[in-house]
Order: sequence, then structure tokens, then C-alpha cells
Amino acid sequence: MALNRRVFLGTTAALAATLTAPAAIGQARPRVVVIGGGAGGATAARYIAKDSKGAVDVTLVEPTRTYFTCFFSNLYLGGFQELADIGHTYGTLAADYGINVIHDWATGVDRDAKTVTLAGGHTLSYDKLILSPGIDFVDGAVPGWDVTQQNRMPHAYKAGSQSELLKAQLMAMPEGGTFAMIAPPNPYRCPPGPYERVSMVAHLLKQNNPTAKILVVDPKEKFSKQALFEEGWAKHYGGMIERIGPDFGGGNVKVDAQAMTVDIDGSVETVDVCNVIPAMKAGRIAEIAGVTEGNWAPVNAADMSTKADPDVYVLGDAAAQGDMPKSGFSANSQAKVCANAVRGALTGSKVFPAKFSNTCWSLIAPEDGVKVGATYEATPEKIASTESFVSQTGEDADTRAATYRESLGWYQGITADMFG
Amino acid sequence: MRALIRSSLLVGATVLATDAPASELGDAGRGEKLFSQCKGCHQIGRGAENRIGPHLNTLFGRKAGGLEDFRYSKSMARAGAAGLEWHAETLDGFLENPRSIASGTRMSYRGMKDDGQRADLIAYLRVHSDSPRDIPEADPTASGTDHDVDPEILAIAGDPEYGEYLSSECKTCHQSDGGDDGIPSITLWPVEDFVVAMHAYKEKKRQNPVMQMMAGRLSNEEIAALAAYFGALEED
Ligand SMILES: Cc1cc2nc3c(=O)[nH]c(=O)nc-3n(C[C@H](O)[C@H](O)[C@H](O)COP(=O)(O)OP(=O)(O)OC[C@H]3O[C@@H](n4cnc5c(N)ncnc54)[C@H](O)[C@@H]3O)c2cc1C
Repeated sequence: MALNRRVFLGTTAALAATLTAPAAIGQARPRVVVIGGGAGGATAARYIAKDSKGAVDVTLVEPTRTYFTCFFSNLYLGGFQELADIGHTYGTLAADYGINVIHDWATGVDRDAKTVTLAGGHTLSYDKLILSPGIDFVDGAVPGWDVTQQNRMPHAYKAGSQSELLKAQLMAMPEGGTFAMIAPPNPYRCPPGPYERVSMVAHLLKQNNPTAKILVVDPKEKFSKQALFEEGWAKHYGGMIERIGPDFGGGNVKVDAQAMTVDIDGSVETVDVCNVIPAMKAGRIAEIAGVTEGNWAPVNAADMSTKADPDVYVLGDAAAQGDMPKSGFSANSQAKVCANAVRGALTGSKVFPAKFSNTCWSLIAPEDGVKVGATYEATPEKIASTESFVSQTGEDADTRAATYRESLGWYQGITADMFG
Repeated sequence: MRALIRSSLLVGATVLATDAPASELGDAGRGEKLFSQCKGCHQIGRGAENRIGPHLNTLFGRKAGGLEDFRYSKSMARAGAAGLEWHAETLDGFLENPRSIASGTRMSYRGMKDDGQRADLIAYLRVHSDSPRDIPEADPTASGTDHDVDPEILAIAGDPEYGEYLSSECKTCHQSDGGDDGIPSITLWPVEDFVVAMHAYKEKKRQNPVMQMMAGRLSNEEIAALAAYFGALEED
């Protein structure tokens, strides 16, 4: 074993580690504040608390007491999951890991004073701040839609009440009615998400309302796992799904939530249920903290620290990091790299080279699961993909069923990795 | 039925030997300048169309001779029918000596002999194909660290803390409490079985593409460290 173990983040991180480590001893414990208790934030908080064995004071700020995972929320729409099964609480993080879980909104960040203010009026000090606030929607992205209309035209792209609402609307849809989805432009959370949703809605309607139609209005020429989805749609839901891409005006769409109409490049359709998934940007607190450029927060690939501030880190959907898709798996993977680096900087523990991976499973129909995945590494410029794979068209039923079962195992694994 | 694993490891073998840690395919900025040699016949970028040669947007993953509205040489069409697809490694061979890949290609270019220049040009072409951020299955944009030779990795491979750090990547799917529901438990697995299984994935003798990919980027020492870590873990 090497005696002089290297710190892999280069000289600045090594220097920071030696400077901060002695200060931590005897004085107050170094403080980490994590904003957002989702795939990125919960994982980061848990790993820092767990691996530092109490040496770091970890506070997690998350407004909701029950976090509903977006992952598997499409399976809830399709009837493969109960809503209660995709809800998770923070008790174990507090009880077993000593994390101070505060159910409140962060409303301000003062990077000079190194403080975070909460809607409830309190102020938290930090040595390192980790933001994993997920996404918000870009104002005016779909003319006619804003959050005041989300009860008439749900997005269901933050899970929970919105997922429940969309499912209720689908169940109440008139016989032979039309479900429309306005798909988002790149980049957005979960590249296969809208198309898995189309599959799950088709499955639900096939059971309850088999003459119903699905209209997908899409500004993108192509999308992830497209050949697999299209093969599955033809096989399981022949004739039910129509997708209008940009060459037929899919990129030029307006809605009227009161009239329940969708205007596609000038031709107006009346629909019964309309799922609007607008263009996305980093959760607003990232912008408030002043670490965004455009819609996202640029970060350094080696440790997820922001380009704007070495003591502020951004994880998951909100980060502009390079090649990783915005997914729960990616956010969880980035959180572990970040946790290792933050702990190293605060306590002098060893910092190992960043390694990232992602796999996204999608369910097309019962027992018909597919997946896409890749591994990534940090280069000076970005998180870069180094290898990838995707399920193949024409796979046999056993392979697809095994892939689906694998996704069930992954869900148990990642939620245990986030919430303990 | 096996999923295809795409890797860019083969690009410019000489580049790799001196550069074990992850590195981009080449320098796209320099590649853009080199592309001036191609511009007479090929367009790339926003609004690119077929000219004397086919447009080069979304080239990666395209079948050779694969654009429906372009008339290719018989030779190129035949190469495509025989299974040639454009990825970093196939482009590298083609650009070095086009006629060695498609003897009757209409492309009059004689070839780019310098490995580094080809890597730069390929990096530039890659920019105009699908982004892995949006299409995760898209071709890689960098070549990965070879963990079996990188001296930095080798120096820490026997470190138990490193084993624990590596194991965090497994725990996204494999529960450390030993639960196995669609994904097998690896907790308390005998060390030897673990090592044999991981090497079988690494050599692609076992089929699961996720595990082939995860094991493929681990060195022998890293596999040993992980086996020791999971073998000693108690079900909690
Ligand atoms: C329909 C759908 C299906 C999906 N399927 C998959 C899948 O199968 N696999 C997969 O890997 N990914 C999937 N995803 C993507 C995945 O859900 C996200 O990429 C992931 O949740 C991102 O993690 P995050 O930590 O960035 O954000 P989130 O998990 O969204 O967490 C952000 C948290 O921050 C909190 N927050 C926001 N602002 C503040 C503030 N100011 N103060 C305090 N807290 C704040 C929010 O309440 C939220 O809990 C899916 C997404 C959708 C919409």
C-alpha cells in the first residue's frame, strides 16, 4: 500500500484539505448544508454523514415531508405501482445518520457570508453548500401554459399530487377521447421519461378505454430508445399513438387550457386530457445563489463544485456537467463523487478519482422492459461519456422480463441508497 | 440478443498508450480547422445538406452509405450492407486511408496520416452528432481510463477505503442489506466467486450489459478490493 497517498483533485484540493483539516479539530464541526432532499441531495447528505461518522455537521433542507420519486411515477400511471409505494420520508436520515432535516424552503443564499436563509426566517451557516433542487419550468415555453393552468393541463413532471391528478384525468377521459402530450425540448430530466409515459398511458387506456387516441407533439427530431419505443408501440398499442415531430410543426405549439385545445403549427385540435411538459431550467434557488449561466449551473466534473464558487456544489438535474443525462441515477452517482470530495476538503479524508455511471430503465408494456446506460469520467472540460449500451430491438420476452425485474431491484437499491 | 456496447477505446492506439486517464477524443477546435480540407465536398452543422459528398451531421452511428437521399458509390453501399457503421474507430481507419475501407469510394481524399490530427478531426465531427446528455445511448465522447495500467489507480487499488468508495457505485442497484428483488444480492458473497463473476463480465462471457460495462472499467486490483469489501460486509 502506498504510504504517501495522493489526493487526486490536484494541488488546490490537497492544499484546501490540509488547511481546513486542523481547523476542524477541537472547534465546531465543519458544516455542510444540502438544499433539496431528492436523488442528488438525499444521497449526498447521507454519504457525508455516514462516511464522516459524525465529524461533519450535515443539514438537509427539503420542504416536502414525503418525497415522491419521479422515477416509477410513470409506472404508477400505468397501474404497476401504488402512489404510496413511491413516497419516501426522511426519518431514517435523521435518526440513524444524525442529519438535521429541516422541512422548509431555502429562499436566499449569501455566498460572501456563507449563509442560507429559509422561508421560515432562520439562517444557516455553511462551510460547504450543496444544491440539488431539481428543475423548474421555463416561463412562456409553451404559450398559453403556466403553473396557474397546471390543474387543467398537468405536467406531472414533479411527482406526487400532479401524478395523481393526471391519472384521475386519464381515468375520467370520455370513451374514444384524445390524450395529448406536449413533449419538452432538450435538455430535460429523464430523456426516455415522456416516451415511457406514453407507453404507460397507452397501457392504461388499452384496459379502460381502448378506442382512445394518444397524440404526442414533439419539438425534437429524435429521442432516446426511439427504435425500441416505436417497435413496442406498434406491437402492443397498434394505431393508438400518433407522434407529430418538428417536420410537421411539433415545435410550434400553443395551448388554451380553458378551451382544452392544442394549436399545432396553426391547426387546432380539441383534446380531453393534455399533459404539458414545458422546457426546463435549474431549480430556482440555483439562480438565486448566482451559480447559473443561462438555464443551468456549470460545474467542474471532478467534484461537482460550481464554476462560480468552489464552496458551492450543484448536483443532478440543475447542473450543466457535460454528457450525463438528467436522471435520478445520474444525480445519485454525482452525489457520491461530490460527497467524497466535500468530506475530503473538510476532514482531510482521502479523495478518490471521480467515476460516474447511469442506467435508465423504461417499461413499454407488462414484462417488456428496456434499458440504456453509460459510464462517464471527469475530463478537464466536462463529465464525458466513455462507453454506452442500449437494449436491442427484437429481443426475446425473457430478456425483456428480466430487464423489467432488474428495474424493480434498482428502485429498491437507489431508494435505500438515498434514504437509508 | 446481446446489447451492443459502444466504446471509443480504439481511437488512435498511440494516444492511449501515453494517456491512460480519461481524455476527450481529440481537440474539436483544432479539428474544425482541419475540416477546411473537407469543406469543398461536405457540409456539417446547422442546415447542412448533401453536396458532392453527404452531409456529416449525426454521422456517428450512421450506417456507411446510410443516407437515403444521397447516391453513394457501389463500394460504399456494399460496405454499409456488410455492416460498416460510423463510429470513432471506423472513422479513424477510413480517414487514414479511405480506399482501404471502401476501395471504390468516390471520395477523392487520399487520407490523413497523422494520428493526432485524425483524433482532432473526429472530435470535431463528434460535436455534430447526438449528445449523450440527450440520447444516452449515443457514441461516447471520450476514451476511458485504462484502470489496469494507470499508475495513479494502481497505487491506491489495495486500499480498503478505496474499495469502499468503489462499492458506492454498486449500491445504486445492489442493496447492502442483502435484499434481492430482480437484482441479486452481492453482500457476503464468497470472495472467489465474486472475482470469477466480475472477470467473466469484464471478458463479456456473462451477458448483462450493465455489468459488462461496470466490470469493464475495473482493474484486477479493484475487483479484488471490492470482493474483499462485500465479502466482509454484514447484512444490516
Ligand atoms: C416521469 C419521470 C420519470 C423518471 N424516471 C426516471 C427513471 O426511471 N430513472 C432515473 O434515474 N430517473 C428518472 N427520472 C428523473 C429523476 O426523477 C430526476 O432526474 C432526479 O430526481 C433528479 O434529482 P435531483 O436531486 O436533481 O432533483 P429532485 O429529485 O427533483 O430533488 C429536488 C428536491 O429539491 C427540493 N427543492 C427545490 N427547491 C428547493 C428550495 N428552494 N429549498 C429546499 N428544497 C428545494 C424539491 O422539493 C425536491 O425534493 C424521471 C423523471 C420523471 C419526471
